[in-house]
Amino acid sequence: MTTHALSDTSVMLGRSVRHVTRSLDTIITVTIMPIAFLLLFRYVFGGAIETGTDNYVNYLMPGILLIAIASGITYTAYRLFMDLQRGIFERFHSMPIARSSVLWGHVLTSLVSNGISVVVILLSGLVIGFRSSAGPLAWLAVAGILGLFTLALTWVAVIPGLTASTVDGAAAFSYPIVFLPFVSSAFVPTETMPGPVRAFAENQPVTSIVNSIRALLEQQPVGTEIWTALAWCTGILVVAYALAMRAYRRKIG
Amino acid sequence: MISVSGLHKSYSELHVLRGVDFEVTAGSIFALLGSNGAGKTTILRILATLLKPDGGTATVNGFDVVSQPAEVRESISLTGQFAAVDEILTGRENLILIGRLRRVDDPKGTADDLLARFGLAEAAGRRVATYSGGMRRRLDIAMSLIGTPPVIFLDEPTTGLDPEGRIEVWQVIQQLADSGTTVFLTTQYLEEAEKLADRIAILHQGTIIVSGTLAELRELLPPASVEYVERQPTLEEIFLAIVKEQR
Ligand SMILES: Nc1ncnc2c1ncn2[C@@H]1O[C@H](COP(=O)(O)OP(=O)(O)OP(=O)(O)O)[C@@H](O)[C@H]1O
Ligand SMILES: [Mg+2]
Repeated sequence: MTTHALSDTSVMLGRSVRHVTRSLDTIITVTIMPIAFLLLFRYVFGGAIETGTDNYVNYLMPGILLIAIASGITYTAYRLFMDLQRGIFERFHSMPIARSSVLWGHVLTSLVSNGISVVVILLSGLVIGFRSSAGPLAWLAVAGILGLFTLALTWVAVIPGLTASTVDGAAAFSYPIVFLPFVSSAFVPTETMPGPVRAFAENQPVTSIVNSIRALLEQQPVGTEIWTALAWCTGILVVAYALAMRAYRRKIG
Repeated sequence: MISVSGLHKSYSELHVLRGVDFEVTAGSIFALLGSNGAGKTTILRILATLLKPDGGTATVNGFDVVSQPAEVRESISLTGQFAAVDEILTGRENLILIGRLRRVDDPKGTADDLLARFGLAEAAGRRVATYSGGMRRRLDIAMSLIGTPPVIFLDEPTTGLDPEGRIEVWQVIQQLADSGTTVFLTTQYLEEAEKLADRIAILHQGTIIVSGTLAELRELLPPASVEYVERQPTLEEIFLAIVKEQR
């Protein structure tokens, strides 16, 4: 059964990755907004923002990547919603396959497509001055955090994908998530914010994730913040997975 | 091969199935008739393990749909009422996908055979999004034949097909039955049931009100002796008369 689950999941992954590569415009749609923000903050607001670093693009990069992932996971909700609408979801469920492969195929595809988006944005960043002296191990840690963040948010996206009654509904959930980095340490130091806003900014998941990635890329000590970041990601993952599975069981009756 | 007894199913207030009983013997073609909303699709979804019944039992190929769903799924293939195909993949890729999931030995060869058999060879490399409704339907049925399961469920398989396509599908269904596959189909075309089915059942107001061979159903009505030329009533007349009687 487990070998079936693995091979079925890889067939499902192949199918869904093909959906991504057949509509490369989705990658462009996902990356264009973060790149626009990168340019906007670098060339328009950047001059007036005092972060205490000499390379503001480096400072921006972690938050920009999180925004890209937060908007990228919308496509998982969309693809899942379409599978349900088109009846292919039911076809798979009437077949002798590992049922877990139906959702995992979409989830793993999200890791692949968001991975591509992250690489595209990093390459664009290089053009406007992003530099990092981080070694392979630090990059691996960055990839790990981003991967875990993507996985957690993708399971969040599975919930509306399964329960939404319209396409717009399936996509709308991501707007607040995309907004979170703006009220965090992603673009400006939290010390400049007024009391309650600062309290929120410093205690929401994005700040710890941004600070950890920033430290890794700048080869600074990460301190305890990385544990806060990992705890947030793991916590979101566990809760979202549980809720998604509940929605799934409801769906398949 | 399929055995259903005392099947009940409600959607909140709506009591759709109120004790459905029937048997389908191996290698036969069984047609389920009923008006729109009678519950045909509901029965099919229960038999295909997509929906749990509220009461009663149903077995397919000797396996209980509630307690042995995995074994039931090994035994069946479902073509739903609305074509369930992947729009972004090509026709050939759709067939290969199902072939891989069903672990057939040669998914590509199987796909090419089916494409030829269903007159889709020319469109094989095109995305399904560009297919006509009838082409999708044929692809949908072709996808269900992969892996040669012993039982095939077809929910209104010929709805939306042109007369030629319909005859092609009829031939496929007849071939399936000849090769020993049990076929369970629903249809709105009574002519279809008349032509294909070994046994026919009519679902009305939650139960099977009549079932039998076409000849048995004909006996329910007297031959139309008042007419100058004596003729057998068509299945359509039988159907309408029985449904009306029950109202
Ligand atoms: N998921 C659902 N929730 C609520 N009601 C439903 C649901 N599915 C079906 N129904 C209702 O149950 C009844 C039977 O539906 P079903 O689809 O089984 O009928 P059918 O015989 O296949 O009809 P048709 O010939 O139109 O395909 C209908 O009144 C339908 O509105
Ligand atoms: Mg129906």
